[in-house]
Amino acid sequence: MASRKPARKAALYGLLTALAFIFAYVESLIPLNLGVPGVKLGLANLVVLAALYLLDLKGAFTVAVVRIVLTGLTFGGLFSMLYSLAGGLLSFAVMALLSRKSRLGTVGVSLCGGVAHNAGQLLVAMAVLETGTVWYYLPVLILSGTAAGVAVGLLGGIAVERLRRAFAHFSG
Amino acid sequence: MGKKLFGRRDLILLAVFLLIGGAALLFQLARPAAAGGVAEVSVDGELVAALPLSEDGEMVIEGYGGGENTLVIRDGEADIVAATCPDGVCVRHRPVSREGESIICLPNRVVVTIRGGKEAAVDGVA
Repeated sequence: MASRKPARKAALYGLLTALAFIFAYVESLIPLNLGVPGVKLGLANLVVLAALYLLDLKGAFTVAVVRIVLTGLTFGGLFSMLYSLAGGLLSFAVMALLSRKSRLGTVGVSLCGGVAHNAGQLLVAMAVLETGTVWYYLPVLILSGTAAGVAVGLLGGIAVERLRRAFAHFSG
Repeated sequence: MGKKLFGRRDLILLAVFLLIGGAALLFQLARPAAAGGVAEVSVDGELVAALPLSEDGEMVIEGYGGGENTLVIRDGEADIVAATCPDGVCVRHRPVSREGESIICLPNRVVVTIRGGKEAAVDGVA
């Protein structure tokens, strides 16, 4: 759906990207410190989840990558962007597959995406630091990825329903 | 295609992840502090120092690209108390004392890892 008219498509892409941007900002305001790096709520992931259900695969991918580059340049740096990209791309791949090929609901899809995101970041950390010790963080990151994934899946699922109705309403 | 929020499958998945994560975490936390362990300090993959946890001390680590991290050993725990890196993740990290635990500073490429004693001297450094 949502790809019949180019203007509508552009508006929807822009809306989702802007939303991701705001989420990233809001999240940068919330200091979450559990003594382990990498534990995040991942609110911006909500947008990627929504994009997967509202747009085609290409569109969702575009939103996912644009969001990481934009928020990375604004709130992080090239360095943290590399981590976000690794986590984001792996998470996207997992969620894209599950949202289309499995019978999981948004919560299950998002949960797997959250865990995949953390695993992707660990892989980059391992490559950069040339050490295996980062695997020590895996249990905490599985748990935090799961919790964040569930929260995002619930919120995202509700958002998708509303956005879908709103767009159906506008297009008549 | 999935319009629903969650179903039975999602709950099973959730339970499995919580179980795996929780069990792994418990396993980690159940282990005692590494008596006679050392805090290995490496910069950009190179081992630069090994400080015994039994001796209180302090060390300024010169990281990759000129950054510095201050490592303190106290009461058998290793903690990074100050750093020049922008995010300070390593400073906020809790002190480490168990075998395999580590504090990592990504910008300075500094890794402090606890090793349980002499048997695990230098591995992973090719």
